[in-house]
Amino acid sequence: MQTITRDALVDKAVSLLENGTVTSVLGWRGGEFDYDITPSSFTTEEDIRKNFVWNDFCGANFSKYLVSKTKENEGKILVFLKPCDTYSLNQLLTEHRVDRQKVYGVGIPCQGMIDIHKVKQIAGEGISKIHIKEETLEVTSLYEENPISMALQEVLAERCVNCKSKKHVVCDEQMGDAGEALESARFDEVEKLEKMTPEERFAFWQDQLSRCIRCNACRDVCPACTCEKCVFDNPASGVENKAAANSFEEKMFHIIRAFHVAGRCTDCGECSRVCPQNIPLHLLNRKFIKDINQFYGEYQAGETEGSRAPLVDYTEDDGEPGDMFDGGDR
Amino acid sequence: MRKCSLEKIEALFEGLAKEMPVYLPVDGSDGEAHFTQWEKGKAWSSALNTQRSAKDFFFPQTEDLVAFKTEGKKIEIIDVRSEKEDYVIFGVRPCDVKSFEILDRVFLAEPVDSYYKSRREHGIVVSVACTRPAETCFCSAFAIDAGEPMGDVSAWRTEDAVFFRSNTPKGDAFMKKIEAVTEECDDAEVQAQKEKIKKILEKLPLAKLDISSFGAGKTKELFDSPLWKDLSETCLGCGTCTFVCPTCQCYDIKEYDTGHGIVRFRCWDSCMYSDFTKMAHGNPRLTQMERFRQRFMHKLVYYPENNDGLFSCVGCGRCLAKCPISMNIVKVMKTMGGKENE
Repeated sequence: MQTITRDALVDKAVSLLENGTVTSVLGWRGGEFDYDITPSSFTTEEDIRKNFVWNDFCGANFSKYLVSKTKENEGKILVFLKPCDTYSLNQLLTEHRVDRQKVYGVGIPCQGMIDIHKVKQIAGEGISKIHIKEETLEVTSLYEENPISMALQEVLAERCVNCKSKKHVVCDEQMGDAGEALESARFDEVEKLEKMTPEERFAFWQDQLSRCIRCNACRDVCPACTCEKCVFDNPASGVENKAAANSFEEKMFHIIRAFHVAGRCTDCGECSRVCPQNIPLHLLNRKFIKDINQFYGEYQAGETEGSRAPLVDYTEDDGEPGDMFDGGDR
Repeated sequence: MRKCSLEKIEALFEGLAKEMPVYLPVDGSDGEAHFTQWEKGKAWSSALNTQRSAKDFFFPQTEDLVAFKTEGKKIEIIDVRSEKEDYVIFGVRPCDVKSFEILDRVFLAEPVDSYYKSRREHGIVVSVACTRPAETCFCSAFAIDAGEPMGDVSAWRTEDAVFFRSNTPKGDAFMKKIEAVTEECDDAEVQAQKEKIKKILEKLPLAKLDISSFGAGKTKELFDSPLWKDLSETCLGCGTCTFVCPTCQCYDIKEYDTGHGIVRFRCWDSCMYSDFTKMAHGNPRLTQMERFRQRFMHKLVYYPENNDGLFSCVGCGRCLAKCPISMNIVKVMKTMGGKENE
């Protein structure tokens, strides 16, 4: 359950709009149910007071929206940033993709967001109300007389179970308590994959990626994917790829994308959140992060603005290419 | 009407599978149901909706159309079609069954799409009524009855049995094939289930969704609405809604060099994509707002206009469940109809 309240965020947004610090607010708008929240801009107090939502389903990372928003908007934009969102913003600032002058970032603490798919797995169809009290989530269902109760921890998004940091690495103002980077078990799943035989690993990814429908949601939501025109969308690129022609191309897209964002991916987990086919895409990115940590020393993309990622930097301590070919056992 | 006890359903699939491929919803490793070819050990999922819609059977995501081979100045044109045998699609939900009618009006109108037609003719559709509709369901807005599914054969699944009723000559042939594992029965249990489903449908949160702001003849009224801008503001431009949708039917035709020749294929396209309908002069819809508007105008205005008022949405709710930003056709209809937050 979130420690900071909706009302606190609403008051903050209204006061910053009123005193002229910002001209618009990037926030969350409620939907038909308790869980279908849409990222949205707000420009009036009335709209904010009536429609602004902050709850345990506000997982969307706004950082990437700032790329276009800071271009389109004349004035400053208030953006509420959860700790993991700030890593994405910092990385975008490092890559000069966002106009910092037009951003007013308010860091807000986050106790982890809920994965509605996990809730549906337990409660089934027909969710009419979701009520969260401390560490318990209660679902009122069309099909059960009594509410279905589950531990919050059980339905937390994977990226939140393995939260890497509660720290805001960039913001203009912080609400609530400042947090710290955390030790997490986020590489455990990668290690499991590494321990597989090549055949087993191939079968694992074959099974996962064969479900891909090439909707490109993973790419379109990814704060590290900000090319104006992706090569895969560009008929003139020669590699335009609207649909995979075979199982090789199916894998190629995701592996190339993982290579492309290697060293820049902050592990925000949006790719896996949005995948309509439930493919654990973050595992590909985490493999790269883990390898980079191993070969070049610990590195967290987005932690410091202006930092040079190991893959685009040279130091005399860098490993030799041969180390990588040997499987990195050094 | 015939009845098969659930204990015998395996035998029913086994018998059918001896004659032709049987596809049915099976729970996958990701916890959702996918249409899968039946073989021993595959169990019929009770999930409401399959992750992908049933349109895949008639209109697959990629489909080879024709191949070319050249030798010197000779060019050989090869028909690559392979779908020549009958098959059963078992357990299609009423919304997905309705989507076939919507697709038929596109692909079977002149000029008839022979690829689609062939798959459609070979497929035997066995539908099943919905006993547990989800909060995202709104098929009743489009006059679809979740308790009265159509298709070649309608089925109702109760605690311990499945009831079958044939609707077409293809369905009659299917009933003959399952005769040995089924018995003749009256429709009392089915009627009771229909009553139960009716009561549930009334309780659904989207049961009273008002579609009256849309439909044929509304183009002028809706096209220039200032609301499209806000609705599409944070749309990622991904293709999720179009690809999980049972009625989205746009495709692109492409070719690739196999190294030994050329294969021409078609693949799903999405109006959400920046290169959708790109022509020599460029793209007619330059902004995401225009692309977003196109999708909803097509489903709710243009299609009905060209098809006797029939909407091109069946209320399956997949886009509600899958959109990365939770923007969807229901929110569009409510906002445009001035009924948001109701």
